[in-house]
Amino acid sequence: MGLQVENLTIYYQTLSGDVRALENATFSLEGGEIMGLAGESGCGKTTLGHSLIFLAPPMKYVGGRVLLDGEELPIQDMEKMNEFRFRDISIIPQYAMNALNPIRKIGRMTEELLQAKKVDFKAVLPELKRRLDLVKLPHDVLDLYPIELSGGMKQRMVMVVSTLLDPSLLIADEITSALDVASQKAVAEMLVEFRDQDCCKSAIVITHDISILYQIADSIMIMYAGQVAEKASTRTIIHSPRHPYTKLLISSLPEIGVKYSERQLTGIPGKPPLLLDPPPGCRFRDRCPIAFDKCLEVPPFVEIEKGHFVACWKEAGNA
Amino acid sequence: MLKLDKVTKIYRVGTFGGKELHAVSEVSFEVRDREVVSLIGESGSGKSTIGKMILHLVSISDGSILLDDLDVAALKGEALKEYYRKVQGVFQDPFSSYNPIFKADRIFQTIHDEFYPDVSAGEWSAKVERTLKDVGLNPEHVLDKFPHQLSGGQLQRFLIARALLLDIKFLVADEIISMLDASTRIDVLNLLAGLKELGLSILFITHDLSLANYISERAVILYRGCVAEMGATEKIFTNPRHPYTQMLIASVPRLDRKWEAQASVESKCAPTGYASGCVYYDRCPLAFGKCKRRPIPLEIEPGHFVACWKAAEPPV
Ligand SMILES: Nc1ncnc2c1ncn2[C@@H]1O[C@H](COP(=O)(O)OP(=O)(O)O)[C@@H](O)[C@H]1O
Ligand SMILES: Nc1ncnc2c1ncn2[C@@H]1O[C@H](COP(=O)(O)OP(=O)(O)O)[C@@H](O)[C@H]1O
Ligand code: SF4
Ligand SMILES: [Mg+2]
Ligand SMILES: [Mg+2]
Repeated sequence: MGLQVENLTIYYQTLSGDVRALENATFSLEGGEIMGLAGESGCGKTTLGHSLIFLAPPMKYVGGRVLLDGEELPIQDMEKMNEFRFRDISIIPQYAMNALNPIRKIGRMTEELLQAKKVDFKAVLPELKRRLDLVKLPHDVLDLYPIELSGGMKQRMVMVVSTLLDPSLLIADEITSALDVASQKAVAEMLVEFRDQDCCKSAIVITHDISILYQIADSIMIMYAGQVAEKASTRTIIHSPRHPYTKLLISSLPEIGVKYSERQLTGIPGKPPLLLDPPPGCRFRDRCPIAFDKCLEVPPFVEIEKGHFVACWKEAGNA
Repeated sequence: MLKLDKVTKIYRVGTFGGKELHAVSEVSFEVRDREVVSLIGESGSGKSTIGKMILHLVSISDGSILLDDLDVAALKGEALKEYYRKVQGVFQDPFSSYNPIFKADRIFQTIHDEFYPDVSAGEWSAKVERTLKDVGLNPEHVLDKFPHQLSGGQLQRFLIARALLLDIKFLVADEIISMLDASTRIDVLNLLAGLKELGLSILFITHDLSLANYISERAVILYRGCVAEMGATEKIFTNPRHPYTQMLIASVPRLDRKWEAQASVESKCAPTGYASGCVYYDRCPLAFGKCKRRPIPLEIEPGHFVACWKAAEPPV
């Protein structure tokens, strides 16, 4: 059960050539798992999320396969994916709440969306109302326009609609990024509640904010420049990461108690490579403090302890 | 050095400007020499409006802003230009500050033409290169490039460098790192902290409490245009007394402990007309009768002000 992704490789076709945004991603999610997906902007998080459900040009399937609850998803085939989209796998895209049609009432918009998916609105209305209660939204939001809702309310509305048919997997892309801290907390906790109530079996939560993942995720996967760097339980990623990039990333986070005058944090010198023509081998190589000759080859993503995967040559021997 | 006294901003909104929007209400605080003060609040709380009033970009409806006894509202012409030599702002989205069809370093040329026409070209380039190094950039890597060839962090540093070329004394930094990634973010923060040591005062506008805590000596918590609480950052974080600040601090996602089960109260809608009572009244778990009148900031311990009737009462 759950999700299995094997060697998934996705590029963008552009006039200047292929942008190699996702290279050989292999990982899995168990049923019930909330996996956080983190990394600097441009590292391929959205690409990974989108490719699982909406693989449209200029995005291009290069290789790999995806299994959901044991069944292979026809991700290359936009048409065939229709059957799975929204029912088995659902996504809350980045900026979804800004994309709501401002001149349509929330209820009307929901009805149209369900119609497009051939779902009887009347039949699901009671369940819809129950879910609104769950996220503490009054039923009359259905009669409101998006502009009348705060950011947090809109985001919860989007969550309710995208999980209405109890998909096996929910992909949430930066759903807390534009919210203030109080709404962030409410929305993030809601997501856990949804999983607990089986509104979705498992979820991939994409964000660049690792401290939110620490609060709600069971596991965290870190990406760097189109490659998966590390995946482990949330505890392990935060407290004992093994990939040099994860280590630097975690140590550059300003925690609330830390002050410049007492302890100066450091960033990661350099910047990620362009994905149009990325260097061979480990893409973190030119910023990596411990790189050696071997790193000119792509490091394998190996399991060094149960459930802890790392793609780094310095760790490859520990598999 | 910079002193805000009961500063108020009312925008006219709606058809024919028939409605009033109280974006900032009677805000008073000061930023001393070589001090970083954080201005913290959720989106729409009036932070940018305060920054823009300081930068003379929007007018002040009531109250005053003084820079070393100079009345900012009254400035015009040559005096205003002189003010901009000392006070500059850097804003959130570094990309929008550049014209994509010109090279990014054109912003330095503009400063040269406008403020230092007498400085020779050679001397100016030397100064630009020095300043770029001061903000942690390698001039060879970043000069003569178009904006899209530079990263967000590099463009943001360019803007800071432009401000520094003017030998400024005061910087308004409005959400300048929210667009940057964690690993670049900390470098820009460290840069700001370093500038302070060189004699600059900074108003650091943010909605991120961890960043504010990292960099500032004092913090002002703004809610719907009103100061809820202000004081030493340390005090605000370890001993928040306003129920809004308490809720904010409990909601910050931290890496050292998990959220408590306590529900966070979200804001429901944008602020509108003038509220005669406490602006936090409709969200406040502690509200009582007295809160229908607006609380005034009260000094509950030296330098620590709280605008809350409950906090003003002796604890029971
Ligand atoms: N439509 C597109 N065409 C070409 N390149 C793209 C497109 N969308 C994204 N990319 C590139 O793919 C890489 C990964 O992008 P993305 O998945 O959006 O990253 P993230 O979500 O981690 O910020 C980036 O280098 C980005 O520039
Ligand atoms: N030019 C303007 N005209 C009318 N209302 C404005 C204008 N600029 C800002 N506002 C309103 O003033 C309030 C405060 O805005 P702002 O200062 O930008 O807040 P913040 O920077 O804290 O997000 C908001 O309700 C905003 O909609
Ligand atoms: S594989 Fe090499 S370059 Fe990559 S992270 Fe490990 S040591 Fe560094
Ligand atoms: Mg993205
Ligand atoms: Mg603002």
